[in-house]
Amino acid sequence: MVPSYVPLSYYLLLSGFLFACGVVGFLIKRDIITIFMSIELMLNGVNLSFVAFAAHWHALAGQVFVFFVMVVAAAEATVGLAIIIAVYRTRETLNVDQVNLLKL
Amino acid sequence: MNPNLNLWLIPVLPLAGAAINGFLGKKASREAVSAVALFFCGAAFVMALWVAVRFSTLSLPHQEFVAHWIRFGSFRADFAFYLDQLSLVMLLVVTGVGFLIHIYSVGYMWDDPSYYRFFSYLNLFMFFMLTLVLANNYLVMFIGWEGVGLASYLLIGFWFTKDSAASAGKKAFIVNRIGDFGFLIALFLLIKHFGSLDFDQVFRSISPLGAETAGAGLLTAIGLLLMVGAAGKSAQIPLYVWLPDAMEGPTPVSALIHAATMVTAGVYMVSRSHVIFERAPSALMVVAIIGTLTAFFAATIGIAQTDIKKVLAYSTISQLGYMFMACGVGAFSAGIFHLMTHAFFKGLLFLGAGSVIHAVGGEQDMRKMGGLRSYIPWTFLAMFIATLAIAGIPPLAGFWSKDEILWRAYQVSWVYWLIGVVTAFITSFYMFRLLYMTFFGDYRGVQEQASGQASHGHDAHGHGEPHESPMVMLVPLMILALLSLFGGFVGWGHHFEHFLAPVLGGESAGEAGTSITEWLLMGVSILAAVSGWILAHLLYSARPELPQKIADSLGGFYQTVVHKYYIDELYAVLFVKPLVEGSTRILWQDVDRKMIDAAVNDAGDGAGHVSDEVRHMQSGNIRSYAGWITAGSAVVIAFMIWMGVR
Repeated sequence: MVPSYVPLSYYLLLSGFLFACGVVGFLIKRDIITIFMSIELMLNGVNLSFVAFAAHWHALAGQVFVFFVMVVAAAEATVGLAIIIAVYRTRETLNVDQVNLLKL
Repeated sequence: MNPNLNLWLIPVLPLAGAAINGFLGKKASREAVSAVALFFCGAAFVMALWVAVRFSTLSLPHQEFVAHWIRFGSFRADFAFYLDQLSLVMLLVVTGVGFLIHIYSVGYMWDDPSYYRFFSYLNLFMFFMLTLVLANNYLVMFIGWEGVGLASYLLIGFWFTKDSAASAGKKAFIVNRIGDFGFLIALFLLIKHFGSLDFDQVFRSISPLGAETAGAGLLTAIGLLLMVGAAGKSAQIPLYVWLPDAMEGPTPVSALIHAATMVTAGVYMVSRSHVIFERAPSALMVVAIIGTLTAFFAATIGIAQTDIKKVLAYSTISQLGYMFMACGVGAFSAGIFHLMTHAFFKGLLFLGAGSVIHAVGGEQDMRKMGGLRSYIPWTFLAMFIATLAIAGIPPLAGFWSKDEILWRAYQVSWVYWLIGVVTAFITSFYMFRLLYMTFFGDYRGVQEQASGQASHGHDAHGHGEPHESPMVMLVPLMILALLSLFGGFVGWGHHFEHFLAPVLGGESAGEAGTSITEWLLMGVSILAAVSGWILAHLLYSARPELPQKIADSLGGFYQTVVHKYYIDELYAVLFVKPLVEGSTRILWQDVDRKMIDAAVNDAGDGAGHVSDEVRHMQSGNIRSYAGWITAGSAVVIAFMIWMGVR
């Protein structure tokens, strides 16, 4: 049970703040690892709001979703890190501004 | 109940021949191709003869249903065949003359590299022509009508590598299209007002109607539109211009399609529709006037032509004019009679002309012939008989039918008769002119031949001097000559007319047939024919220098006649040029290029420009993609908030 003295809006504000941090980091950072971490931050921001709502409405679905997100995030991290390594091997850089061959 | 005669076999047999030769003939030998073509055409002829033998046992009209075709509401048009006295006559003429011309073609076309193609087309023509004459409703007739037009196009343009032949084919097709337009509208009117195209039903619903004497009504409109169709197919004023050009085709084709059978389809159609015409006096009068004028007009052009086939072409137009004159004065059976005799002697004339052309190595200019009588005596004999027949010298075929027409025309108005007799005189004159220029005097073509001018035409195969054609060509000539000699006797004592009377009516056939007037008129037309002969003899045999003098003294008028009254030029200025110019300037350059093409091109260019701009979004830079994603999500969220989505 979430203690009743912490209102739902606090959780949502924190969740939104975390998500915004993730977005900003995603946009302004050049290092691919940092961008990757920003994505994780966004996911966790969303997770937080899921859990908060789940507790508030006493609905388990939200918590189940969080597990799903975590599993997918873990899988994504695996694949993502593998790609990063592959990119580093060929490009010898992790600066995304120099990895711009996606349009080809 | 009538026995089933399997009438459908008659048209389908030649179709089978056309298919076999068309698909398999290329690799087959000439003998095989000829065998197939002759077998299937001959089989159709034999069947026609068999039908003729069985004819008296049938209850007429004999109709045979083959298959459903179009049925909606109460309207129906089926594949069905119709046999009565009229279609029997046409059937025998088409298959008989057609078969003879098939035989002749074997000899005439032997050296042609596209031998199989020729016979395939020829059989195809037979199929469509037989469909036309055996149809039991206007729609099936229209299939045949269009089909013979197609076959005519294919055969006129048979030597399509020759520019003039290709354009002559197109001309024939396009001019015919104008006529078909009228025919089609007539059919639409029939469907709209009588709900059927079956001959039986249409005529049954029209018969009770009175004649539209007081003015022009529905039947007059239908009659006139049918006449437009007939004028196109049968080369009448003002749509006759295609027929002289059609002489670009091989000569057997000119004989079969453009003299004996296809061009008479219009006469057949008008006669078949006589129930309509008899109730539309003004339409009938138009038919008579067009026929009379065409007969006279084309005959005058024929005087000054020097190409042997062109003379015959104008002569054909003129004789078709006679047939329409006959229809126009209500003497439909006389028209059909002339159609039949004309098929004999004009087919013979064309085949003879083909034999002449063959003999002199492809030359068609009569000024380069002459004296051929001693080289090709059999051809000369045949041509002489045909000339006598067409000139109307008794007792040959042409005399009987032409005299019948003139007599019936006289009963309606002496004007028709007078023009008819004058035309008969001119006909006799130009035909004997042809005969004298070709067969008498001295041969004028030796020098050209000796100097090895091999570019004359198709069958120039090393000619030394003119030589007689092979038997395969001469036998059809002889048979047609016999028919031209004796074919007219079926009209003796109005037998032919009585035979056709159940179909065409004509009980009014002046039973005062032995009156002094008729004998007198007969005498006048014989006189006209003989004087035409004498004049031709004077000008082209006795005093050959005279024609040039006369031509010189006539000056401008003569030139006008030589140039066929500049009708082609007139049509070119009036119709062809505006059409070409309008199509080029307005339809092509303005509408097509500036509007349709421009719309398509601009749409393409516009898409290109937009893409050029949008392309820059795809920078390949990951962070710019991230920015777009964020911006896009922001827009979506803003939209949802704005729309008040909870």
